[in-house]
Parts: sequence; C-alpha cells; structure tokens
Amino acid sequence: MALRIGIDLVSVASVAESLRGAHREHYLERVYTEREVADCRGPSGRVAPEGLAARFAAKEAAIKALPGAGEEVRLTTIEVCSEPSGEVRLELSGRAAELADEAGAKEIALSLTHESGFAAATVVIT
Amino acid sequence: MKDEIRQVVREHGHLSVDIDSLGDGDDLYQAGMTSHASVNVMIALEDTFDIEFLDSMLKRSVFESVSSISAALSEIGVPA
Repeated sequence: MALRIGIDLVSVASVAESLRGAHREHYLERVYTEREVADCRGPSGRVAPEGLAARFAAKEAAIKALPGAGEEVRLTTIEVCSEPSGEVRLELSGRAAELADEAGAKEIALSLTHESGFAAATVVIT
Repeated sequence: MKDEIRQVVREHGHLSVDIDSLGDGDDLYQAGMTSHASVNVMIALEDTFDIEFLDSMLKRSVFESVSSISAALSEIGVPA
C-alpha cells in the first residue's frame, strides 16, 4: 500500500461554541466517544475545547488519509486514544476500519497539537 | 422545511456570506462552511427535526446545499 497522509486544522473557538450551545450533549455524543470526552475532562469537570478540537482534527485528518473521503463514516468510529505517556493513537471501528482494511493499511500514526486558538492533527497510513 | 434549514445554517454554518444571498442549490462549503461547522449543522438539523441522519447520508454532498439537505430530510420522512 502506498503511504497515505491527512492533515486538518480546527478553530478551538468553534468547538468551544459547540460546547456552549443548545446542542452540546448531542454534539458530544455524535462526534466523540465517552473515552475521548473523559480524556478531555479536567479535575473540575470542565471539558477542554482544545483537546476536543485536536480530536476533531484527528478524525478529519484520518478521513483525508483513508480512501473514500470519509463518506458514510461516523466520527465516533475514529477514536483518539491517549496513553499515560502522552502518546496518542487512533482506534478505528465500523466503516472506518473497513476502509482501512480495504486500503491494506498496516500502520496508522497520529500526531496532535494545539496552540493560539487552533488545533491540528496529522495522520499517516502505511 | 427549507426555511428551517436556512435558519439552522444561518445559526451554525458560519458562512462568510448571508444565507439569504444564496440560492437553494448554492454550495455552502464554497460560502465558507467548514467541516466542523457542517457537523454542527447536521446535529442542529437532527435536533430541529427530531431525526438522525443515516450513516449512508454522512457525506459532504448531502450537506452541500439547502436543496441537498432538504432532499435527505425528505428521504428520512420529514414532511416538506
């Protein structure tokens, strides 16, 4: 399989707005897994928009790296898992996992960052 | 239905132009809607019409314009 790459950039403010809005719970449940939300929840219980924005960027970057332009892929089937070490990796399920299998993906690498109001992610598939 | 769709896009689409200046078939992405905004439009539409878009409808082309959104909603059974 040829190397495939995807990148995405997300405004943290747009995620913060979704968290403040009337559709907050639906947004959290439709876009993120419980583990992703828990990983972004601080001791005070506040969910950090920076963390969610980076995860949204990771889902979009993965969609760009996978074949099929993300069609028919639920965003919760692309999950960002963070290790105690701070490393992050992607876990695919459902349609996203099917697309990766179809492409013959062996390894999926992920990198996240956020600063100055933006979050970005890069996904590489080999 | 299209008026409600326009209202949802006005509130959540983050377009760079006024939605009233767009025709039903005009491309909302070209009018500034990002992928994150389109997800927020989808979610607000689901709450507004009390439906859930089928996985087969999770496509850029479905949320591309007021007309394409209206067609998807009709397909799910939302009355015009």
